[in-house]
Amino acid sequence: MSQGVLAIAEQIDGVFRKVTFEAISEGKRLAESLGGPLTVVVMGAGIEAAAGELAVYGPDKIIVADDAALADYLTDAYTNVVADVVAQQSPAAIVLGASSIGKDLAARLAARLDAPVAMDCTALRVDNGAIVATRPVYGGKLLAEVALNGTPQIVAIRPNAMAISETTGAGVVEKVAVNVGDVKLTFVEKALETGKIELTEADVIVSGGRGMGGSDYTVVEELAAALNAAVGASRSAVDEGWRPHADQVGQTGKTVAPNLYIACGISGAIQHLAGMSSSKTIVAINKDEDAPIFAKADYGIVGDLFEIIPQITAEVKKLKG
Amino acid sequence: MDIVVLLKQVPSTESMVRVADDGLTIKTDDVKWVMNPYDEFAVEEALRIKDAQGGTVTILSVGGDKVVEAIRTGLAMGADKGVLINDPAALATDSMGIATVLAAALKEMNCDLIIAGQRAVDDDNYLVGTAVAEKLSLPNISMVVKAEITDGKIKCRRTIEGGTLVLEAPLPALFTTQRGLNEPRYASLPGIMKAKKKPLETKTLADIGLSADDLGNAKTKIIALQPPPERSGGRMIEGDDAAAKAAALVQALREEAKAI
Repeated sequence: MSQGVLAIAEQIDGVFRKVTFEAISEGKRLAESLGGPLTVVVMGAGIEAAAGELAVYGPDKIIVADDAALADYLTDAYTNVVADVVAQQSPAAIVLGASSIGKDLAARLAARLDAPVAMDCTALRVDNGAIVATRPVYGGKLLAEVALNGTPQIVAIRPNAMAISETTGAGVVEKVAVNVGDVKLTFVEKALETGKIELTEADVIVSGGRGMGGSDYTVVEELAAALNAAVGASRSAVDEGWRPHADQVGQTGKTVAPNLYIACGISGAIQHLAGMSSSKTIVAINKDEDAPIFAKADYGIVGDLFEIIPQITAEVKKLKG
Repeated sequence: MDIVVLLKQVPSTESMVRVADDGLTIKTDDVKWVMNPYDEFAVEEALRIKDAQGGTVTILSVGGDKVVEAIRTGLAMGADKGVLINDPAALATDSMGIATVLAAALKEMNCDLIIAGQRAVDDDNYLVGTAVAEKLSLPNISMVVKAEITDGKIKCRRTIEGGTLVLEAPLPALFTTQRGLNEPRYASLPGIMKAKKKPLETKTLADIGLSADDLGNAKTKIIALQPPPERSGGRMIEGDDAAAKAAALVQALREEAKAI
């Protein structure tokens, strides 16, 4: 019989994504509700030592699939390995981070296992032994509650949505024999931007829109640096070519929910509002006092962003001394 | 190169979406329906590959009668033909059920390449493309910003958080689109005229060798749909000049919101 929870860790070059800690923490809470142990599976090459770091989130067991063929994410190889672990453990639920890679793996795994899956969940509850997931749809314009029926119940949790909790667990690390199986994909290369804070994981985001008037984002970048924040952009700024596609916040870009979102020169098109309105605190700076963004903002400033933002940056620096 | 593009019709992102009286679906009376924006990238990429290498582009969709419009848009952009699976049982299933339907239809189509949007901007499930690939035992690459095809292989650059990966797969394969892949063309007037005469087949589940039982009971079910909690009213920060406003904001963020 299916029992317990399997959490899938995500790492690049031995460094875990923050959402992995959230997924294991949520897995622990799910295991308490559903009953049974929490097992974490870590896939990669030369990751045994790093895998031990995950013990602080309370898993009963950490399964390490360490193989050169798993050095970088390949959908088919990773799906094959997780499917083997699932066959051995028969978990009632599988939880992983809804990163770009996590969503791909969750989809392939759900199809392989003929299992229910809910992507980008912002809350989970257990109702009569089955998971009900809350997830934003229509880019965040609505929230759906989705009941999962079948096993294992796969949930990919949205980065920044669930709490990280350190707790105790047996944390036994067990290295398993790896059979990557039939693999058609080949890894060629990767390019990582170092030092850039990922929008979906950022605690603070400073975004610039059409009001920036051009590709010079210096004032926004300086405020972001002072706040240790990620830089975002509205769709119109991206369409103008001022910022890369990866920076776009909104229904056709990234949906974000940081602790603090500062919208600079963003009027607040419905697609943008959908993508950021679950942020905890929202600040809007815009010269147009009728801009729709002000209706969603906790704090609004009407004025010239090129005058106001540098002053905010100065105040923040003063505060952080 | 015979390419199939998987397409979904969705409410335009400009649309306000409101929950219908059943509490489970959306009101459709004043919704403007369009091709899913990520599928526009898929159609465009398919057309570019066809222009460079020859072959055909077929649009495949599952949905009701009105989906014909979105398929016609793809034909007007330059795709050769359309196939719509229109069956009550297919309309009642979930995303995984849709993937089952698409996979069954694709089995008979013998294409070299399948391109799909990374997600549909209505249910935001990020599921169908990848699940179709699994059901057909094909390799898949998600969120692609660059695709190159040579010697029966496809090499794709895909986005991940904070960077990109380059992966290669033998054809046939499936990839899903990411913003940045291309700039989708608009349908020209002659394109729209021509599209009216292009073949658009409508099929039932039986036509593709499936029955309602093959879809079974959906494994996921929406049991509630509601708008996110309204944000409580904010306040405007006043001040004599930019410096005063900035100081008041930072103080409020620190003391009231505890955000910094």
